[in-house]
Amino acid sequence: MTELTDITGPAALPEPVAFPQDRTCPYHPPTGYAPLRDGRPLSRVTLYDGREVWLVTAQATARALLTDPRLSTDRRRPGFPVPTPRFEAGRDRRIALLGMDDPEHHRQRRMLIPSFTVKRAAALRPWIQRIVDGLLDAMTEQGPPVDLVSAFALPVPSMVICGLLGVPYADHEFFEEHSRRLLRGPTADDTREARDRLEEYLDGLIEAKSKEAGPGDGILDDLVHHRLRDGDLERADLVSLALILLVAGHETTANMISLGAYTLFQHPDRLAELRADPAVLPAVVEELLRMLSIAEGLQRVALADIEIAGSTIRAGDGVLFATSVINRDTSVYDDPDGIDFHRPDRHHVAFGFGIHQCLGQNLARAELEIALGTLFTRLPGLRPAVPPEDIPGKPGDTIQGMLELPVTW
Amino acid sequence: MHIDIDKDVCIGAGQCALAAPNVFTQDDDGYSELLPGSGDGAEDPMVRQAARSCPVSAITVRDSAG
Repeated sequence: MTELTDITGPAALPEPVAFPQDRTCPYHPPTGYAPLRDGRPLSRVTLYDGREVWLVTAQATARALLTDPRLSTDRRRPGFPVPTPRFEAGRDRRIALLGMDDPEHHRQRRMLIPSFTVKRAAALRPWIQRIVDGLLDAMTEQGPPVDLVSAFALPVPSMVICGLLGVPYADHEFFEEHSRRLLRGPTADDTREARDRLEEYLDGLIEAKSKEAGPGDGILDDLVHHRLRDGDLERADLVSLALILLVAGHETTANMISLGAYTLFQHPDRLAELRADPAVLPAVVEELLRMLSIAEGLQRVALADIEIAGSTIRAGDGVLFATSVINRDTSVYDDPDGIDFHRPDRHHVAFGFGIHQCLGQNLARAELEIALGTLFTRLPGLRPAVPPEDIPGKPGDTIQGMLELPVTW
Repeated sequence: MHIDIDKDVCIGAGQCALAAPNVFTQDDDGYSELLPGSGDGAEDPMVRQAARSCPVSAITVRDSAG
């Protein structure tokens, strides 16, 4: 037994660790989070500006707090936590969907649910398969080595979200570049500038769509020709919504594909298991979602005092959720740092939990299954073209994933 | 077993339909609903998993008292 486990009570709270930190290995939580992984459900952490906030690190506490209406996701509220400077950019205006509390949030989400159901994702599978096949055709034609990020991981979800929303894929270089800048900053001005350019672009697209006689078949066409026209949605909210759907729709899935492939390369036994039995694919995706936890540090602010897990979160306190630690909760998962396609429980919080749980999760699962499944089936010899440790990682305050992944086969 | 779905709470995440596809589906608006004939008496072992997967606890499962 270590010294730490013998100490109990508030006086025993360890020195706050810094949050967020950069990962050392791209698919494991930062080594600096070790003190947060001792079974304590809540810890105090220090942000870049010295402010202390709460960090949730246990699954049961995360599920309770992410469904608690006393925690707000409205970034304009006083005390809303700003993990690194770039997040300051999100606090000057109302952000659609993910920056809204109910009932406004529910009103917006309701408009989008029919486009993201399990059934809808299943119906899109043949189309997603064609996109994946086409990109792999081009990749094999070009021949190795290839950067898997730019040739495959990024274009798959980019093409999918463009088709779904009704955004011209011809503009992909512009919106991919500005999405990256939006999510990386590093300063608030960098992020604000990227956001403004994206909003300008989407506002122009919405303007053009509203002048068309009849709607196209994209989600944005539907929103422009029905919700905007009927007054259910304000123009600024539609632009904000379009930005969130476009950015969240491609950046996250692209990172899951690249980091998922990298993680499988680093676990040859598990990759062999997948290659031998494609039926395990849904479980592979679920386990990678849990293990990689690419969306780290979900943010909330308390609107009232909340008693939980022996602590009191005070009104105005910032609350962050360390998904990478929550998804390795030792009271839930055996050998949480190991990769196992046969875990009985699938209740990870990689997509969040509560009313803001990822709207696109069913689409993401379909894309990941098809992209990773087809990639390793068609290219049985696929492997990294450089030593994995030479591949640069990403800063800890953004969506985790690979910047590049040179591969050969 | 009796299954209740609170449609006012449901956010259409579809996790019930994913966990127990023989019991749950999503209607045209995306909200959770029971597949016809799967309601009372359904003994699908995945029903409780489905209820636990729901991000907003919209599903209540009760054992029928006989």
